[in-house]
Amino acid sequence: MPLLEVTDLKVYYPIRGGILGGVIGHVKAVDGVTFSVNEGQTVGLVGESGSGKTTIGKAILGLVPIRDGTILFDGKDITKYIGKNRSEYRKSVQMVFQDVHSSINAKKMVLDVIAEPIRNFEKLSRAEERKKVDELLTIVGMSPLDAHKYPHEFSGGQRQRIGVARAIALKPKLIVADEPVSALDLSIQAQVLNYMKDVQEEMGLSYIFISHDLGVVKHMCETLAIMHNSRFVEVGERNDIYKNAKHIYTRRLIASIPDTNPDMKTVNEMKRIEINKEYQEQYNNYYMEGGMVYPLKSIDGSEAHYVAIP
Amino acid sequence: MSEQEKLLQIRQLETAFRLEGKYYNAVDFVDLDINKNEVFAIVGESGCGKTALALSILQLHNKNFTRIRGSITYNEKELLGLKEKELNQIRGNEISMIFQDPLTALNPLLRVGAQIEEALYYHTDLSKRERKTRAIELLTAVGMTDPELTYKQLPHELSGGMRQRAMIAIALSCDPKLVIADEPTTALDVTIQAQILDLMRKLQKDMHSSILLITHDLGVVAEMADRVTVMYAGQIVEYGTADMIFKNPKHPYTRSLLASIPNVGENLDRLNAIKGVVPTLRDMPRTGCRFAPRIPWINAFCHEEKPSFHEVEPNHFVLCTCYEDFHFESEE
Repeated sequence: MPLLEVTDLKVYYPIRGGILGGVIGHVKAVDGVTFSVNEGQTVGLVGESGSGKTTIGKAILGLVPIRDGTILFDGKDITKYIGKNRSEYRKSVQMVFQDVHSSINAKKMVLDVIAEPIRNFEKLSRAEERKKVDELLTIVGMSPLDAHKYPHEFSGGQRQRIGVARAIALKPKLIVADEPVSALDLSIQAQVLNYMKDVQEEMGLSYIFISHDLGVVKHMCETLAIMHNSRFVEVGERNDIYKNAKHIYTRRLIASIPDTNPDMKTVNEMKRIEINKEYQEQYNNYYMEGGMVYPLKSIDGSEAHYVAIP
Repeated sequence: MSEQEKLLQIRQLETAFRLEGKYYNAVDFVDLDINKNEVFAIVGESGCGKTALALSILQLHNKNFTRIRGSITYNEKELLGLKEKELNQIRGNEISMIFQDPLTALNPLLRVGAQIEEALYYHTDLSKRERKTRAIELLTAVGMTDPELTYKQLPHELSGGMRQRAMIAIALSCDPKLVIADEPTTALDVTIQAQILDLMRKLQKDMHSSILLITHDLGVVAEMADRVTVMYAGQIVEYGTADMIFKNPKHPYTRSLLASIPNVGENLDRLNAIKGVVPTLRDMPRTGCRFAPRIPWINAFCHEEKPSFHEVEPNHFVLCTCYEDFHFESEE
């Protein structure tokens, strides 16, 4: 049984207007998305800004109201749990945020930042709590001495590691990582990604990894879902997506990644022009009227690779 | 390379910022040449001084907190020490700039057309009608689907990619000889990034101007640049043609940086992370090899006391001798 099963998830944001500020319409941020995450698995959500990938993450954590659909966690439908009944679930699912400057309270010491979830859910003595924080800091490669420092004393990469330490404090089963490294420098990004992988192996975590960087996603995730216009256009294993992409949008996305081999400059440009032309010409074959994405369909009877084609 | 005409020469440039009464060099004695009609890239992480260097060329730093020394010659004319009035003759006209975030760089209250015409108003003697024609020409050149409409629109009505196109149109309005592009695609999605890069390359070829591309994205550099300079902690650590830097990187920093990219082509279990952090302006090591603290497994005697450039192949230079003995920690 998968750890998390999301079925036909819909999240609509209301548009308010008129004299009385009533709801006059909806932005369909997520419009019918189905996927599942197994224990220890990393699922990547990729898409342009505005495609709805962050909204999926937020909906899983319960940070935005869900319009329709079910989210099963460990077999239980968590959309029905509210208030106190939800606390068990809140412990098992955590989030790592994108912006390391705004996601950590600047007025709290690192000790308090990391201990906050522990204080909320577990009754530990001061010494036990301190011991636990020290352990967590060591896991993410920082010194226990850092516990009494304030967030501004750290660099971006270290702050993100504090964010990871806070997320794993309650031994969750699933972490939603929303663009965890996109604000970091290349060398620091590698450090954070390595620690995230180590932590995953050590604790048997599952990740939902949200990113727009196809290189990072490929490094982190076995299964990928490509999002466009609030829906998945293609879901598959790493190699299905990178080597055998079927949807024109996925192919266009992959062709846009800059290559570090200068010899490929012209080849890549030609390929991009070709795919862009195809994208424009065949848009109607891949999208319904109004840019809606078709429902997913299995490719050649494969159980892993799905594409949204008519 | 020497037979090519030099457009911009930077010699012994020092850009220092004042922090609590003391000046700290963000750019530390940098030499570089930009030729006519080429794309020259400066790569480095945040805090390495690449933007400080770019802003020094047009002297856009706040003068009260900055000290710029050395020499910057553009077409054999010294730029440092020019009066504000003389500089304004060059800014936007001979040398123009594309900024990273088009939403903050564009004026939110002025229509796109008016912002393009502003540069034309100051630098050319075109009439009002001619300026409008030129603005629409430029908007067409940067690939706007409906230039007449965009001319009348405000920045917030445009998407990110369109805004960046409008910025490029402003930068190109007076046929500059050199365009400084500071992280021009960092705020954009990959598909839009690819479009903007293709557009910049096409325009550069058509207009025979040079681009000074500043970025941290090595992929973008490989796609765009003819020559590449790698900066670390205020210094240039390696320079050469794009081919040399990407196929035969020598400096430990360049090699580590290339190894830490999560590559789309191959599957690696672990990335090659660089230890430690980029030193901040205040505690930057000022003597010896500045990258040494981040590769502690390399013997201290491999580094030079006063690092100098070594030519590893024609036109390919590396700072410090540590490259000869460098290996990744995992290869021990």
